[in-house]
Amino acid sequence: MSDKSRLDEPTGTHTVGHEWDGIEELNTPLPRWWLWTFYACIAWAAVYVVLYPAWPMVNSATQGVLGWSSRGDLEKEMAGHTARRAPIVGAIASIPIAALPSKPELLEAAIQGGSAAFKVHCVQCHGAGGAGVVGLYPSLTDDDWLWGGDLANIETTLIHGIRNPDHDQTRLNVMPAFGRDGILDSAAINDLVSHVRVISRQEKPSAASARGAALFENNCVACHGTNGEGIRELGAPKLTDAVWLYGGSRDAIAKTIHNPRNGVMPRWNDKLDAVTIRMLAAYVHSLGGGEDAPAPVAPAAAEAAAVPDKVPANG
Amino acid sequence: MANPDVLAGSEGPLYAARKGVYPKKVDGTFRRLKWVIMAVTLAIYYGTPWIRWDRGPYAPDQAVLVDLANRRFYMFQIEIWPHEFYYVAGLLIMAGIGLFLVTSAVGRAWCGYACPQTVWTDLFQHVDRLVDGDRNAQIRLANGPWTAEKIARRAAKYAIYLAIAFWTGGAWIMYFADAPTLTRDFWAGDAAFIAYGTVAALTATTFVLGGFMREQVCIYMCPWPRIQTAMMDEKSLLVTYKDWRGEPRGSLKKALAHPGSVGDCVDCNQCVAVCPTGIDIREGPQIGCITCALCIDACDTVMAQVGRPRGLIDYCALDDVAVEKAGGTAPPVLKTLLRPRLMVYLGIWSAIGAAMLFSLGERTRLDLAVQHERSPLFVQLSDGMIRNNYTLKLRNMETRPRKVAITVSGLPGAQLWTENGSREKASQRVLMTISPDSVTRVRLFVAAPSEGPARQDFTIATIGRDGDPRGDEDTIQFDRPEAQ
Repeated sequence: MSDKSRLDEPTGTHTVGHEWDGIEELNTPLPRWWLWTFYACIAWAAVYVVLYPAWPMVNSATQGVLGWSSRGDLEKEMAGHTARRAPIVGAIASIPIAALPSKPELLEAAIQGGSAAFKVHCVQCHGAGGAGVVGLYPSLTDDDWLWGGDLANIETTLIHGIRNPDHDQTRLNVMPAFGRDGILDSAAINDLVSHVRVISRQEKPSAASARGAALFENNCVACHGTNGEGIRELGAPKLTDAVWLYGGSRDAIAKTIHNPRNGVMPRWNDKLDAVTIRMLAAYVHSLGGGEDAPAPVAPAAAEAAAVPDKVPANG
Repeated sequence: MANPDVLAGSEGPLYAARKGVYPKKVDGTFRRLKWVIMAVTLAIYYGTPWIRWDRGPYAPDQAVLVDLANRRFYMFQIEIWPHEFYYVAGLLIMAGIGLFLVTSAVGRAWCGYACPQTVWTDLFQHVDRLVDGDRNAQIRLANGPWTAEKIARRAAKYAIYLAIAFWTGGAWIMYFADAPTLTRDFWAGDAAFIAYGTVAALTATTFVLGGFMREQVCIYMCPWPRIQTAMMDEKSLLVTYKDWRGEPRGSLKKALAHPGSVGDCVDCNQCVAVCPTGIDIREGPQIGCITCALCIDACDTVMAQVGRPRGLIDYCALDDVAVEKAGGTAPPVLKTLLRPRLMVYLGIWSAIGAAMLFSLGERTRLDLAVQHERSPLFVQLSDGMIRNNYTLKLRNMETRPRKVAITVSGLPGAQLWTENGSREKASQRVLMTISPDSVTRVRLFVAAPSEGPARQDFTIATIGRDGDPRGDEDTIQFDRPEAQ
């Protein structure tokens, strides 16, 4: 490498004095504004370091005299969002949940909010889309509801939970463990399974199902109804349809009769505020299986409808 | 801070101050062409937002509007939605190929005539001439002391610069909102902060880049000169000094005294004086040349005065240079332009343009996109049927509400309902009204008997129910549980 700069005759320009394999570089001066721009950048950086967090220290960084932080920005933004949401959140809280469908913009907001809350609190059991897990957690997307699928019923379930031991308003269904507690022997359970599968149109009637029908009448109608149509007030499932929480195969039904599983859901009123619960109810209702609120009943009809309540819960 | 001059060693400075460029006024074919192009491009830029275009009650009536808030792009009869952004990609491809076409034909003609930096620099140079006078007066004033007259002229010049710069920045924002409304809001102080910020930023950049940086932008900042070199070939027309005709240079006197000893160049330096980037074209092709051809005008004028043929500096291809050096005659310009390479570029360029026009004419204004909800893939209903959920995006791109029917085919026994209906009212089609100029999202529930393949393709279609039956359809999958 040569460090002697020389005048390059053909161009009349000095070289910078470097040489690589016989190639020399001409000293073509940069524009001076370039240099000033560079100085301006240094000045800018100096100002920036004073005004903003810049210099990393052992555990933190220099704070900057403006006191700016990205965390502070986030807090401001969050506060702004909360303030913007306040009117619609207030409106959702102040009307009866059954009235939500009559206010489309509130319903839409509730569904959006519920969708977000569902992802945080519910997907662990009920799955990302509310599909549930057969044998463990019910699907929230189908049209079969143990306790009722209208907005108010879903909200009640969310608030009080299912089988919550420390809570007296919780929803509680009690199916006896017919096999484990020795109420029925395995042959009887087998006959009962046949009958249940006949009324759910999975099997053709047989001698076993005929025996099972008699057993059903003695042991099951109190909760599941005369024809196995279920009683919602008791959370007793319909046995005649195609939806089975714990499976509809012979084996699965036999297991349920032998030792019922009695699913549990936490109550959410001690973890979530009333509006969030309401939004969750709206979202779950929107998943495709939601039911319309029951029409208001006349007093006489209401009395008739109240009859199943008088059936002893434990049959 | 170090004084930059200290950095200058005996071998010359590392940093050099800008040498003032004071292009002389010139007249000629290319100057007139430049005037026309400048007038047209500036008129398009400043005027376009003010053209009105009636699109009915649900759409703005500005002919060219980039409506970022509502994510619409209006260009006369054409309305582009965000999902049709490929038209913009097509335009960019056309612009790219157009640049290949122009550059391989006539070199850096874009730089010399149509580039905004060139157009505004040209405009600002006319302001210089208007306020300070022509080249010599400008140089005198620049080198002279700061007299009251100089201060007054500078103040006037910068005021005009600023006015042009402000007008330029102001015109830009008109493309993004209704121009008359925005103008009123702007002066009333009611416009969005972004409007003032944009005008301020563009005023500043126009003022600095057009008023002061000028040729420095072309030489030091702009990537095009580097890239365009790769697009030219030996048949591209470039502004060329015909040294085989001009050299050795000599005055008229010398030519009269010793005929045949000097070339046609009389070394009058007019080509240097008129150059807006301050180069000497006689040193050969160089990065500072934007092929604006003002030197051709200047040289032709001088050649006419001294009674020699025009074209000492002229548009000339490298191939022509070889031919003319050897004493031949270069082929006519038209022949240079009608060569295969340009025909191929032109063919591709036109094909893309034609395809885009065809596609614009054929596109449906009622667009359907269906997404199969996958969580869950299917739902077992209590009566034994299987339900799948779909999210429908219905784009009504017309400026009127549309009544449509949503139907399915290829799925026997299917029942449809949406989140606004219920299973009880399910039927084989859903009727709905879609708001104008908007995207409607709707969840469609489709229930079908459980007997059937685990995966079955079927078609969801929209049919107009308001006189125009044209719609759109999408084929999508229906899932069932695997057979036990």
